[in-house]
Amino acid sequence: MSKLTLRTEGDTVVVVTRRFAAPPAEVFRAHTEPALLQQWCLGPDGWTMPVCVCEPRPGGKMRYEWANADGAGFSLTGEFVEVDAPHRTVHIERMHLPDPTPDNRIETTFAADGDGTLLTMRMQLPDAATRAMMLSTGMEHGMEDGYQRLDRRWAR
Amino acid sequence: MNGLDTTLAALADPTRRAILARLARGEATVTQLCAPFPISQPAISRHLRVLEEAGLIVRRVDGQRRPCRLAPDALGELDAYLAMLRKGMERSYERLDQLLAANPSRKERP
Repeated sequence: MSKLTLRTEGDTVVVVTRRFAAPPAEVFRAHTEPALLQQWCLGPDGWTMPVCVCEPRPGGKMRYEWANADGAGFSLTGEFVEVDAPHRTVHIERMHLPDPTPDNRIETTFAADGDGTLLTMRMQLPDAATRAMMLSTGMEHGMEDGYQRLDRRWAR
Repeated sequence: MNGLDTTLAALADPTRRAILARLARGEATVTQLCAPFPISQPAISRHLRVLEEAGLIVRRVDGQRRPCRLAPDALGELDAYLAMLRKGMERSYERLDQLLAANPSRKERP
C-alpha cells in the first residue's frame, strides 16, 4: 500500500499524499467532525485537543487547541474557503506559538482509490524559505519511518 | 518579533540563503562570499548583518578581515518546531488509520 509521499511544486508549494483503507466519506468525516478529530489529530503522544471547532462550510471557522500534561499548549485557527463534501476542501490556517505563523493555504482532496481513499494536501506556504526549512528537516523521511512501523503492525 | 519570526525573516531572501549554503561548507571572508553574486560588497555586508542579528552566523576578527561562519545550532528553534509538526503528523495519521479500521460500518463490508 502506498503510504505518505511528499513532493514540491515551484518555490512555495508542498504536496503530501497518504492512502487510507476507508472510503472518502469516512476519511472526510474524520477530517471535519470535531468528535473524530479529537481522537486522532493529536500530534505527538501525550497531547490532547480539549477545544475543537470545525465548521466545514465556506466561511466556517476552525479552531484546534492542543494541551499536554505539562501545561504546555498551542493552537491553530483557520477559515474554510471552499467545501465540496466529501471530495474537497480549501482552507487557510495558521499556528499560534503563540505568535501566529504566516497564513498557509491548504487544498485537501479525498479521492476514491480502489476500496480506499487517496488524501492529497496541497500546501501553499508563505515563502520559499519556510518551505526550504520544512523540507531540510527531512520531513518525508521521518514520516516514512512512522508509516513503516504502522505497516509492520498491520502485517502481523 | 520572536526568535522564530526573526529566523524566518532572515531566511526569506534568496541571497541570504545562498550565503548560508556557502557557509555550510566552511568559514568564508566577505570577499569570498561576494564572488558568486552580481551585487556590491556593501549589499552583501547588509545581508550578513541581518544574518548575524538573527543569530544564524557569527563573525570573528582576523586583522582587517571579519570572516563568517554558521552559528552553532543556528536553526535549533526552527528545527524543533518543524520536527514537532512532522512527528505530530506521523502520529496523527497512525491514529486515524486505527480509527478508520475500528469503524463498525467498515467491518460489515466484504
